[in-house]
Amino acid sequence: FHHYRVSPKKAALGTLYLTATHVIFVENSPDARKETWILHSQISTIEKQATTATGCPLLIRCKNFQIIQLIIPQERDCHDVYISLICLARPVKYEELYCFSFNPMLDKEEREQGWVLIDLSEEYKRMGLPNHYWQLSDVNRDYRVCDSYPTELYVPKSATAHIIVGSSKFRSRRRFPVLSYYYKDNHASICRSSQPLSGFSARCLEDEQMLQAIRKANPGSDFVYVVDTRPKLNAMANRAAGKGYENEDNYSNIKFQFIGIENIHVMRNSLQKMLEVCELKSPSMSDFLWGLENSGWLRHIKAIMDAGIFIAKAVSEEGASVLVHCSDGWDRTAQVCSVASLLLDPHYRTLKGFMVLIEKDWISFGHKFNHRYGNLDGDPKEISPVIDQFIECVWQLMEQFPCAFEFNERFLIHIQHHIYSCQFGNFLCNSQKERRELKIQERTYSLWAHLWKNRADYLNPLFRADHSQTQGTLHLPTTPCNFMYKFWSGMYNRFEKGMQPRQSVTDYLMAVKEETQQLEEELEALEERLEKIQKVQLNCTKVKSKQSEPSKHSGFSTSDNSIANTPQDYSGNMKSFPSRSPSQGDEDSALILTQDNLKSSDPDLSANSDQESGVEDLSCRSPSGGEHAPSEDSGKDRDSDEAVFLTA
Amino acid sequence: MEECLNIASSIEALSTLDSITLMYPFFYRPMFEVIEDGWHSFLPEQEFELYSSATSEWRLSYVNKEFAVCPSYPPIVTVPKSIDDEALRKVATFRHGGRFPVLSYYHKKNGMVIMRSGQPLTGTNGRRCKEDEKLINATLRAGKRGYIIDTRSLSVAQQTRAKGGGFEQEAHYPQWRRIHKSIERYHILQESLIKLVEACNDQTHNMDRWLSKLEASNWLTHIKEILTTACLAAQCIDREGASILIHGTEGTDSTLQVTSLAQIILEPRSRTIRGFEALIEREWLQAGHPFQQRCAQSAYCNTKRKWEAPVFLLFLDCVWQILRQFPCSFEFNENFLIMLFEHAYASQFGTFLGNNESERCKLKLQQKTMSLWSWVNQPSELSKFTNPLFEANNLVIWPSVAPQSLPLWEGIFLRWNRSSKYLDEAYEEMVNIIEYNKELQAKVNILRRQLAELETEDGMQESP
Repeated sequence: FHHYRVSPKKAALGTLYLTATHVIFVENSPDARKETWILHSQISTIEKQATTATGCPLLIRCKNFQIIQLIIPQERDCHDVYISLICLARPVKYEELYCFSFNPMLDKEEREQGWVLIDLSEEYKRMGLPNHYWQLSDVNRDYRVCDSYPTELYVPKSATAHIIVGSSKFRSRRRFPVLSYYYKDNHASICRSSQPLSGFSARCLEDEQMLQAIRKANPGSDFVYVVDTRPKLNAMANRAAGKGYENEDNYSNIKFQFIGIENIHVMRNSLQKMLEVCELKSPSMSDFLWGLENSGWLRHIKAIMDAGIFIAKAVSEEGASVLVHCSDGWDRTAQVCSVASLLLDPHYRTLKGFMVLIEKDWISFGHKFNHRYGNLDGDPKEISPVIDQFIECVWQLMEQFPCAFEFNERFLIHIQHHIYSCQFGNFLCNSQKERRELKIQERTYSLWAHLWKNRADYLNPLFRADHSQTQGTLHLPTTPCNFMYKFWSGMYNRFEKGMQPRQSVTDYLMAVKEETQQLEEELEALEERLEKIQKVQLNCTKVKSKQSEPSKHSGFSTSDNSIANTPQDYSGNMKSFPSRSPSQGDEDSALILTQDNLKSSDPDLSANSDQESGVEDLSCRSPSGGEHAPSEDSGKDRDSDEAVFLTA
Repeated sequence: MEECLNIASSIEALSTLDSITLMYPFFYRPMFEVIEDGWHSFLPEQEFELYSSATSEWRLSYVNKEFAVCPSYPPIVTVPKSIDDEALRKVATFRHGGRFPVLSYYHKKNGMVIMRSGQPLTGTNGRRCKEDEKLINATLRAGKRGYIIDTRSLSVAQQTRAKGGGFEQEAHYPQWRRIHKSIERYHILQESLIKLVEACNDQTHNMDRWLSKLEASNWLTHIKEILTTACLAAQCIDREGASILIHGTEGTDSTLQVTSLAQIILEPRSRTIRGFEALIEREWLQAGHPFQQRCAQSAYCNTKRKWEAPVFLLFLDCVWQILRQFPCSFEFNENFLIMLFEHAYASQFGTFLGNNESERCKLKLQQKTMSLWSWVNQPSELSKFTNPLFEANNLVIWPSVAPQSLPLWEGIFLRWNRSSKYLDEAYEEMVNIIEYNKELQAKVNILRRQLAELETEDGMQESP
């Protein structure tokens, strides 16, 4: 196929390849064969636009917020591509997903090791469980009680199997209250469940006993908070359907609290609206701010944060346990429990701890990844950016506590990418049960091992384990400062590199730290040699010591030529301004300094570099070969002409 | 209660002194030893020398020595060599406030220049001035065209003709193309600042109202507009290879925002501490930005002051925006910009007093007050304002002007509304990382030298 990709700003002529897993666009430019790789699973929508003189435009929007416009000369070809992509982007069977064909050239043992890197039973042990109050229950062995829960569950010691089963029958989808996080310092806990089937008046003795058991498991407090994360109206509407929320009169010693987070449909529309703003061609400041406000996105982020803050405070300051639920207890509940845990426990703010947190609150407790992120063709109304919102909450916290997290923004972005990429098996299916049936661990690889292997790319240079910010609970200001929450252009406009800061402080500092480490080593070696020579001279023996090469200053200079970025279209559509500036079409080859210094073990991961990786990478991502790992940002580092997307 | 009112009225009176000579700089006695007198740190002659080696097309003119030709210009200005003082006097009568076109910036890379002036006084009947046309054309190389950037929209510019102002008719300036941009002025900017500060101080509203208040203040719209115009100017110079003349109406506000920001983009020197100070001296103080009028009461001004406007603050905000996008390309940090903002409004130093050089001369500021630069340029002070990430970058830096790239400058507007504790800690950590690296570097170098010495000694013992 020969196709054009054209945009008002830049036209790139090239060839389009459709493979079983990727859309690949190879530019015809003679010097460097630029490639754009897009995983089929990343494709969100494909839109055929009105035919123009140059051809038929096809607009592809990706789940990782990349937008690409293809212009195909022949209408028939365009239609063929369109139909093919629709099929390829909507697989119907799990086996069609990329992770089943992806092979990073690891042997069986390495693959297995990858899957045990994150171990939830270890995590519960770390929390201090089991203990006098909490025990591991096997009631859900073989998923007998609740098929969307994991088999390993911690429940209060006083909750018998009878109570659990009874309670499960009184909860939506049998998601009975279980432990999500245990706060060692004061025995308070965060528990999670779905809504009770209380309707207007129904009660369940076992469910009431279950809550009582949770309260008793925390001797430091004589009540339990029950936090319903839905808006009150929604919860009341559910009563008509025989569901609803806890009646304070029926449960002894609970404090009931609504914290209104909107449902998945509202969130889906909100993101849609915000992305429309991001897509605007040269918007005015007012267009942008109005659009952002009208999308309501940041208001929703704040609602989730507020709920997380409320729970973290209840646990750490009041020493009270909290039961959190929404409707089914797998979306808002997951968001809120994980935000609260992140605020409470510094472990979750480390690289590995964050993986554990996602594994625990999202993967193991049956967050419906397949439905929410549309991995398989399904009901579009089930799709919603639930975990995206959580990831953004983490970023918002990172902005306020720059030293508190061991990982950096790139880590979050790559996790977001892989939730949609289906390149690794972690996020497949809707529950642990389904994953086990599919034998995911035997047939696919784990993302966590991949990220861990490349952890050097994901470190926050400002993190220091002994720093005040990295200890204990993160304290957010009590007065609600709304300006705390900011638009995350690093995520939603991440493919428009021209909009991002052109120099990365993170990469700069990482390069400095790397050099510091080398210096430390050299210093030690020099001291040793000095000592030796002095001894030798003392002994008057004449042994000539070998002069070693002085190590070069590795130089993390930013004054690399690659910083020579190019101006944007500052003239608007002004007629009086001359012909397009010759530079406007140039790629924004902005720089991030550390191309040479941050040698990533995985060349594909050097997404920090804006530079074209050129020919050497071609080998490892040839569509036919497939023996190497095209990774995360195949699109990102491959694709340099974001100018196209700016105007797409 | 009465005491309280007395105190209030005293503060009110003391903070709105009518006479400049009663202000603090005239009573302030420095507690530090002056190493370098800031009043002489940035002399026009020295600045001229910086590019006189690259070009001989320009000269210093002393035509304004007694401030008679243009009251808001300094005594010394740079003009095309081929234009004599007599012609300058004539041009001055044709330009608003006598502000005839002068050199603002010389781009060594290709010899293109930025000039600035007041608007031409064409009036309704299209007056022209041969000397003005000659002056401007004298800056063009043979066969080259230039751009006139008018910082007002076409309709605003047209309206000024009724009051005797106007803009260059292309028929009379055939080698020049005029571009109109619209940067707001005076009270519109002042209202914008007041609204923004109100929004920042109101902590009761919800998320939505915050964004709409931020939007309604229009502050970021002004930032985008000013930056875009500056980028356009820089693009003309560096990419189109064309010289430009910039003016608005008076040529003392939006004009200076554009000329100085264009230099930040184009000229690596202006991103150093010394260079930035020189830029402020040249493009704001000497160029006659009326600080006294513009920076009197800031956002909490209850009586409407006609001339109050945050023109300089907008400039600093724009610099911060570029700094945010190129965090390693500036020798100074955010604190430096905040410090300049503070001193522009209230200072123990005389630097920002008066509206122009002529007024400063009359006030004898050099004799009676201390220069801000004398204090800032002490090593102990400089260290607070130095960006630890700085690595000289000799390239032109093109900022993004997309709304997504232009956030609110929290360091200045939310300074008193949110704790910066964690951000300060992060800054300290950053400094530590870099300082420790330098320390090790120094140690390693010493050891290497020692070792090399020992080994040559070794060799000498061996050879005889």
